[in-house]
Amino acid sequence: MAEFPAYYNWKHKAGIYMLRFWAAAALLFLIMPILVMVPLSFNSQPYFTFTEGMLALDAKAYSLRWYQKILDSPNWILAIKNSFIIGFFATIVATVLGTVAAVGLASAHMPFKRIITALLLSPMIVPLIIIAAGMFFFYTRFGLVGTLPGLVIAHAALGIPFVVVTVTATLVGFDRALYNAGLSLGTNPVRTFFEVVFPLIRPGVISGALFAFVTSFDEVVLVLFLAGPDQRTIPRQMFSGLREQINPTILAVATLLILLSV
Amino acid sequence: MTAASLRDRTSQSGSTLTREEMAVATRALNRRRLTAFALVTPLLAFIGFAFVAPITTMLHQGVYNPTVAELIPDTLARLQDWDGRGTPDDSVLATMAVDLKRLANDRTAGKLAEELNRGLPGTSSVVKATARKLRNVADHDLPSVGAALLLEANDRWSSPELWRTVREAGKRYSERNFLTALDLERSPDGEIQRRESARIYIQLYVKTIKMALIITVLTFLLGYPLAYMMANSSSRVANTMLIFILLPFWTSLLVRTTSWIALLQTNGVINSLLMGIGITTQPIEMMYTEFATIVAMTHVLLPFMVLPLYSVMKGIDPSLMRASLSLGARPIPSFLRVYFPMTLSGLSAGGLLVFIISVGYYITPALVGGTDGQMISNVIAFHMQQSNNWELAAALGTLLLVVIVCLYWAYDRMVGAGNIKLG
Repeated sequence: MAEFPAYYNWKHKAGIYMLRFWAAAALLFLIMPILVMVPLSFNSQPYFTFTEGMLALDAKAYSLRWYQKILDSPNWILAIKNSFIIGFFATIVATVLGTVAAVGLASAHMPFKRIITALLLSPMIVPLIIIAAGMFFFYTRFGLVGTLPGLVIAHAALGIPFVVVTVTATLVGFDRALYNAGLSLGTNPVRTFFEVVFPLIRPGVISGALFAFVTSFDEVVLVLFLAGPDQRTIPRQMFSGLREQINPTILAVATLLILLSV
Repeated sequence: MTAASLRDRTSQSGSTLTREEMAVATRALNRRRLTAFALVTPLLAFIGFAFVAPITTMLHQGVYNPTVAELIPDTLARLQDWDGRGTPDDSVLATMAVDLKRLANDRTAGKLAEELNRGLPGTSSVVKATARKLRNVADHDLPSVGAALLLEANDRWSSPELWRTVREAGKRYSERNFLTALDLERSPDGEIQRRESARIYIQLYVKTIKMALIITVLTFLLGYPLAYMMANSSSRVANTMLIFILLPFWTSLLVRTTSWIALLQTNGVINSLLMGIGITTQPIEMMYTEFATIVAMTHVLLPFMVLPLYSVMKGIDPSLMRASLSLGARPIPSFLRVYFPMTLSGLSAGGLLVFIISVGYYITPALVGGTDGQMISNVIAFHMQQSNNWELAAALGTLLLVVIVCLYWAYDRMVGAGNIKLG
C-alpha cells in the first residue's frame, strides 16, 4: 500500500491518506467499547469509569471482586444454568428439524419451494418485539409462558432460519449422484443419509447449530416476555441489572462472554 | 421434471417410452416430490405452532376485544335499540346497575372502568364510584330503582357520549385500536376523523423511520470506506480488519450496549476524557438521549453494512479504477462513474438490512434511549407490560409488521432473500 502509482499527484495521495484515516476511525469505533470494558470489569470501585488509581496502574485499584460476586450470587448462577439449558435444547431442536428440512428443500422436486423458504426464513425478519407479543398471547393458552419448554420452543423458532440457510448453502454443491450411488449399492435411504450425505454437509450443520446456539444465548426480548423469575437467563439478568443497579458485575459477565465468543 | 418434459426428452433422443415406462417414471417422480415434502413437513409444523400461530394471534388480537362484551352482556343487548341520541331508556340504565353490582361483588368493576376509560378519559372514576355505591343495594330493588340510583351516583350516566363509548367498547370486533394507532377517532356521527387530543403514534412512526434512516446513513458513511480499504488491502491486513469487525459482531448485544453505557454516561469514560483534556468543564449529558440510541445502534448494526459491501467490493477488478485514473479522469468523477455503480448491489443489501433491523429494534433504545430515544417497539412493549393495553399493542405491532413486510418485499426484489449471507 505504501507504493503509489507514478501518475498519482499529491491530491490522490492526500485522498488515500484521508481514506485510511477514516477507515481506522471506523475500526476504532467498532472495537473501542470492547476494549474499554475489559479493564473496567477489574475496577475495585463500584463505578463504570476509570479511577485515578487505575490510570496510574496502581495494583490496588484493580480487583476481581466483581467476578467473585457472580459466583456468590444465586441469581447469576441460575441465569447461567438456564442459558445453557435453553440454548442446548433449542439448538438440538432447530438443528435436527432445520437440517432435515434443508435436505428436502434442496431437492429439485420440492413443491412450493419459494413460498416455503420465505416462510421458514421469516423469523429472521419479523421484529422480535412482534414475535414476543404474539408468542405471549398464543403460548399463554397452552401454559407455556413462564416455563423452560416454552422458551426452548421460542428460541428454536429463532434459530431455525440460520440452520436452514447454512445447510442449504452446503447442499448447493452436493452431487445427487453420490446419494443415488449409495442407494444403488443396497443401503437404505436413512443409512445413506448418515453415511454419505451427512459427512458432506457437516460443516454447514455445525455452523448452523453454532448460530442457533448463539442466537438463543444472546436473546433477551422473548425472555423478557415469556420467562418468569425462575427462567432468568444471562442476558435477562444483565438487562435488569442495567435498568436497576448498575455495577461492574455486569462488565465482568460481559468480559466472560467475550472470552467465550473468542 | 414433469411427465410432459420427460416425453419431450425421449422424443428428441429418438427413442420412445412405452406407456408402462411412462407410468413408472411418473410414479417415481411423485414419490420424490412426496419424500421432499415429507422431509420439510416436521419443520413446517413446528414453525406453524411456534411462530406462525403466535403472529396470527397477534393480528387477531388487534381487532378482537371481548372484555367489555363479556363483562356487561345484558346491558349491551338492551343498548342495541338505542339511537345514540339522548339518555337511553331507564330499562338500559337499570340493567347497567344490575351488571355493575354483579361486577362490584366479583371485583371486576375495575376492569370495565379501565376499558371504558380508554374510549373516554375520566370514565374510570364514574364506573368505580357507582359500582361501590351499588354494592349494598338489595338485588330485588335494583330493576325498579336502578336507573335512579345510577343517575344519583353520578350525573354523567345521563350523557349520551358515555353511552356511545359503552356501546363502542362492547363490540367484540372493532377497528378502534387501529384508529387509535393511526391517531384517528370516530366522531359522534360515526365518521373517521383525526384525533385532536394526543397525536402521538404517527409522530412516533415518523421518528422511528427517521432514526432508522440516520442510522442507515451513518453505517454507510462509516462502513463504505472501511469496506473499500479492506477490499483493497493485502490479505493479511484485510483479515486483521475482518477480525476487528467480527469480534463486535459475535459479541453479545447486551454486552455492547453495556459498554456504550460505560462510555457515554455522565461519569463515564468519554466525559472523563473530555474533561481530562480540558475540552469541557461540565460533563455532557449523552446518556438516555436519542443521540445515545443512534450511536449505540450504529455500532451494533455497522457489521451488517460492512460485510455485504466487502463481499461485493472484493469481486471488483482494481484495474478498472486504475485504468480510469491512468486515462486522466480525476479521482472523484472516476470513483462516482466507475466504482460506485458496481457496489450498488452490496449497498442496497446492507442498507435495507440495516434499515429493516433498526425499524424494529427494542433492546438498545430501551436501555440507553431514556425518554426521547424510544422507538415504536418500546411503545409496543410499554402497552404489553405496563399499561396492559394488549389490543393497542397488537394494533401497533400489526402496523409495524406491515412496514417490515413491505421493506422485506423490496429487499427480496432487489437482492433476493435467499442471498442472506452469514458472517
